Amino acid sequence: MERLSLAELTRINAVARTDAHHAPQAVLYSDIQWGGSMSGTFTKSMARNIFYGGTVFFALLFLALTFDTMKEVPKRDNRANLTEAVINGKKLWEVNNCIGCHTLLGEGAYFAPELGNVYPRRGPEFIKAWIQSQPTGAPGRRQMPNFGFTDKELDDLVEFLKYSSEINTANWPPNIEG
Amino acid sequence: MQYKSQAVAKPYFIAAIALFTGQILFGLIMGLQYVVGDFLFPYIPFNIARMVHTNLLIVWLLFGFMGAAYYMIPEETETELFSPKLAIAMFWIFLVAGALTIVGYLALPYAKLAELTGNDLLATMGREFLEQPLITKVGIVIVALAFLFNLTMTMLKGRKTAISLVLMLGLWGLAIFFLFSFYNPHNLVLDKFYWWWVVHLWVEGVWELILGALLAFVLIKVTGVDREVIEKWLYVIITLTLITGIIGTGHHYFWIGTPEYWQWWGSIFSALEPIPFFAMTVFAFNMVNRRRRDHPNKAATLWALGTGVMSFLGAGVWGFLHTLAPVNYFTHGTQITAAHGHMAFYGAYAMVVLCIISYAMPILRGRAANSNKAQVLEMWSFWLMTVSMVFITLFLTAAGILQVWLQRFSDTPISFMAAQDQISLFYWMREWAGVVFLIGLVIYITSFFIKGETKAAA
Repeated sequence: MERLSLAELTRINAVARTDAHHAPQAVLYSDIQWGGSMSGTFTKSMARNIFYGGTVFFALLFLALTFDTMKEVPKRDNRANLTEAVINGKKLWEVNNCIGCHTLLGEGAYFAPELGNVYPRRGPEFIKAWIQSQPTGAPGRRQMPNFGFTDKELDDLVEFLKYSSEINTANWPPNIEG
Repeated sequence: MQYKSQAVAKPYFIAAIALFTGQILFGLIMGLQYVVGDFLFPYIPFNIARMVHTNLLIVWLLFGFMGAAYYMIPEETETELFSPKLAIAMFWIFLVAGALTIVGYLALPYAKLAELTGNDLLATMGREFLEQPLITKVGIVIVALAFLFNLTMTMLKGRKTAISLVLMLGLWGLAIFFLFSFYNPHNLVLDKFYWWWVVHLWVEGVWELILGALLAFVLIKVTGVDREVIEKWLYVIITLTLITGIIGTGHHYFWIGTPEYWQWWGSIFSALEPIPFFAMTVFAFNMVNRRRRDHPNKAATLWALGTGVMSFLGAGVWGFLHTLAPVNYFTHGTQITAAHGHMAFYGAYAMVVLCIISYAMPILRGRAANSNKAQVLEMWSFWLMTVSMVFITLFLTAAGILQVWLQRFSDTPISFMAAQDQISLFYWMREWAGVVFLIGLVIYITSFFIKGETKAAA
């Protein structure tokens, strides 16, 4: 902050009294705003420097944690079972916008059941039969479209759901209902 | 209007409001599908309606941010926009691309749309909020780059204020983090991990810089408080935002296969995330209380105060409610999340865009502020939309608490659909609150067509 001479301050105050809208009283007004002795010491450029310093520090910390996460996830993410079928199943999951109704590991839409643990909950045969029998057409009930999957596609989707259910999610969800 | 080229903001604002209306209509469709499950099935299945609802939200906010930037940057830098023509060209490209994408969602099965638009070249579709076809995503990047080029060139030749710097930082961050939407690994854990680099680092990171800059700009204009003071506040707020929000990303890394230390990092840092929102509320009220002029645009001031309060409630308080890992263990992926999402997006982003529109639109139409009659109507719409959003949030919170209890916490948990049946009363109430929101929105739009005595723009 610039240091002002007493003469200048007097002049600024005189202008301020006559023309409140155009007075160059930036310094004085910010003193009033922040109050007390803090105003003189905490300037905009200090706030800016803390912003840049703080942001860079926490961005680097985040990158360090990311780096460590990338080292740790192979123990948890079930990558050993990422087969061709699972990869194709994930693509089918995506291009039919399943996430638009369901959650997967708790993320997605909240209109239809969690599917991260549907494999242990229902088993492969039930899942396939369920998908094939949609829509139920029951009046007033939520409807799932029929996606016309082939048998192989159904198998791939089930493989993807099996793979998902074997990711180590720190015991989430709390119970089998998802 | 101080600079002629600011006029390019006008079509952006109009498009934003039009798309906002579409978002609300699809919200009402989905809300009804929650209780009348087969409503509009098979013509508009829920997943399609939701995609339209959330994508329209993102796109109208982007239109709002762009319009705001085109309005603010010339005034802040005290120079005409580098290329108004480029800004208008980008407007039409973005609007047409956005409209075609929505038409594609509604007219084609999603898998067909994926096939036709090159998803086999690079699979990016079918992930929440990033459902856009590859060509739309590429289009977004092109529009964003042209937009940033235009504004950066403007800034280089003009005055560099803190507000414009923070705004540009936020907008550059928005474009850069969007690039992670092109990364979709087969590994589900990595997919989810980096998906949040778009979603979280947008809404709890760089978008808050944009929010802060828009709010600061409007507050300078309507209160006449000195720029030095406002910009110091702005820096303090965005510092708090990023030092809590970056590591706060960890609150999404509790249950997706990531290491368990994230439960500590995520809980602690995201528990601090309400602080910048609280600071924003204090900031807005403080500046308005210490105002040195009474700006004739009362409605814009109301939106500025409103966005402070509602972002604190929606993002801050409702975020904190379920952010601690032991709580989130039970609430993750329930209606609690939906409740938070609604009030946070409305309070932080919808309201700040409506705030800058409220301030800038009368000036773009050649007057300092709208007539008293028009402003009264606009303020009615403010209260109707805001109060109904509070009720939407409360009803979804009630639904969420019951859902958690019935499905996850009880000794005899019941299935998802059985729990949904039990809480349908709250979904009905949410839908009615949504109808009130729509009424508020209709009144909002009507307020633009109310004539009356106005003062000429300064």
